[in-house]
Amino acid sequence: MKSLLINPVLNKEIKLRFRSFKSFLGVFFYLFALGGIAIGFILMNTVFSYNASAIFRPEQSRTMFMVLSFVQMALILFMTPGLTSGVISGERERQTLNILLTTPQSSTSIILSKLISSIAYLLLMMVASLPLYSIVFLFGGVSPALLGATFGLYFITMLAIGSIGILFSTLIRKTIIATIITYGITLFFTAGTAILTMIGMQFVNFQNLNQTSVMPYITSMFNPFIILLASFEEGVTNEINSMSGIEFSLITGFVLSFLLISFICLFISIKKLRPKMKAKKELPEGE
Amino acid sequence: MIETINLTKKYGSFTALNSLNLKIEKGTVFGFVGHNGAGKSTTFSILATLLAPTSGAAYVNGYDVIKEPKKVRNHIGYMPDFFGVYDQFKTIEYLDFYGASYGIPQSERQALIPQLLELVNLSHKQDDYVDLLSRGMKQRLCLARSLIHDPEVLILDEPASGLDPRARIEMREILKELKNMGKTIIISSHILPELAEMCDEIGVITNGELVASGSVASIQQQLQANKVINVKLATDIEKAILLFEDDPKVSTITKHERYENTFTFAFTGSELEQIALLKKALDQELPILSFSQEESNLEDVFLEITKGVDFS
Repeated sequence: MKSLLINPVLNKEIKLRFRSFKSFLGVFFYLFALGGIAIGFILMNTVFSYNASAIFRPEQSRTMFMVLSFVQMALILFMTPGLTSGVISGERERQTLNILLTTPQSSTSIILSKLISSIAYLLLMMVASLPLYSIVFLFGGVSPALLGATFGLYFITMLAIGSIGILFSTLIRKTIIATIITYGITLFFTAGTAILTMIGMQFVNFQNLNQTSVMPYITSMFNPFIILLASFEEGVTNEINSMSGIEFSLITGFVLSFLLISFICLFISIKKLRPKMKAKKELPEGE
Repeated sequence: MIETINLTKKYGSFTALNSLNLKIEKGTVFGFVGHNGAGKSTTFSILATLLAPTSGAAYVNGYDVIKEPKKVRNHIGYMPDFFGVYDQFKTIEYLDFYGASYGIPQSERQALIPQLLELVNLSHKQDDYVDLLSRGMKQRLCLARSLIHDPEVLILDEPASGLDPRARIEMREILKELKNMGKTIIISSHILPELAEMCDEIGVITNGELVASGSVASIQQQLQANKVINVKLATDIEKAILLFEDDPKVSTITKHERYENTFTFAFTGSELEQIALLKKALDQELPILSFSQEESNLEDVFLEITKGVDFS
């Protein structure tokens, strides 16, 4: 375990990632976007509202927390594919992968190091955004447990989308194609499953009330935004549960399915990183 | 020690490597010569555990490349024909990273890296970023990297390609030093004379097949059944040509374009037959000024070997 945590690839990745000016710019614009939205939200509800003397109330603070969380989730979904879909194919393109693969480092350690270093950078952004959330706490309305749960959902999302990015980076030679595919899948997990959930709900509504359908449950289970909403509003979970007739917690379903996706993607990446050394021994008598 | 047995690699219907049988003893420097795309890099990639062969077997220091790739990796230093370096990585960090990748403890790495930089003459560049080094320096650094775990076998794929003459000489000097250290080295090039100087043995590969192998001298002999002889006369060239044409071992007589009364011919006979032929010409009182065998160099040998091979 120690060798997995302190290992050369991870060391190098973190060193190179945090050394580059690009990473600094990334954090800067991330906080700039998030901070702009937070300040804009407060301004809209106080200075620019009908009631200019209005104070910022706890219910509004809660709404602001939700807005911030959604934006943060969107930013994570936007950045994770870009950070991970080039980690292997990028090394292949710049012709450093061959050398790395002739070292005795295990494929597992290479793949996991790549994932951990990408996630470390995303975590840095998340931690850097915490002071913005303190605005929310200043006005109240949100429990620290909810904040913790939200950050937990971010982490699971990063893990799954990051693993998908690494999988395509390993399987596909060109970074650009791997990136496009990863973004495509991310889009499906957000917009795609949202549309399918709506269609599913309409379908249930049209039929008689005793009918249930598993479709809205399945599709919303894969949608990080719906899950985020469900973690704020219990009503969402209850409605989907009753429509589908599945009592199992939607959020737990999401966590388990995303962890499973991560595991499968990482497993395939590890298996496919190096060529499968399986050659038939040629028999002496003939070809 | 390196051994391959009927090593074959096919890409669909294209055969990149066809039943390659090699045996390279410990401490030998083996030169692998062939035109671009002949199968050198394919062989090296298989030996470096980067590519699975279609059939056949390969062993490095007795370890099976297919069954025990991990053990093989610990015994080889591999330098690919094309390689890149990481951006924003210093020379010393570059070597430290690969040292750590081979599981060398940090204290040992700190002692080892200056020695390696010394060996490849890069001590003064230890704090420079690797992506800013010149090509020759990068090649040398890559060589130092391949030595970091003190492997017994070095697999060097065109280590001198793209280098200027000075950098080539430097690279050659380093390789000589490694040879003196007793390493088994397999090195490829498409330039035969360059290899001949430092190799004990040479293998020539064309279109995935080993067409000749052995010591440099034996290859030269093996492949030079055809001697080219230059004849210069004072006059009477036509008469001489008629006489030489009669000999069954003489072929392709060509008059020299620039020098008068001079021609060359190919001769397949022995030395005695060559003497007899000259004597016969002198008996006919041909005014022969010179009768000399053309010294063919390794480049010609290489061209001779690969003659008639479809390079497309």
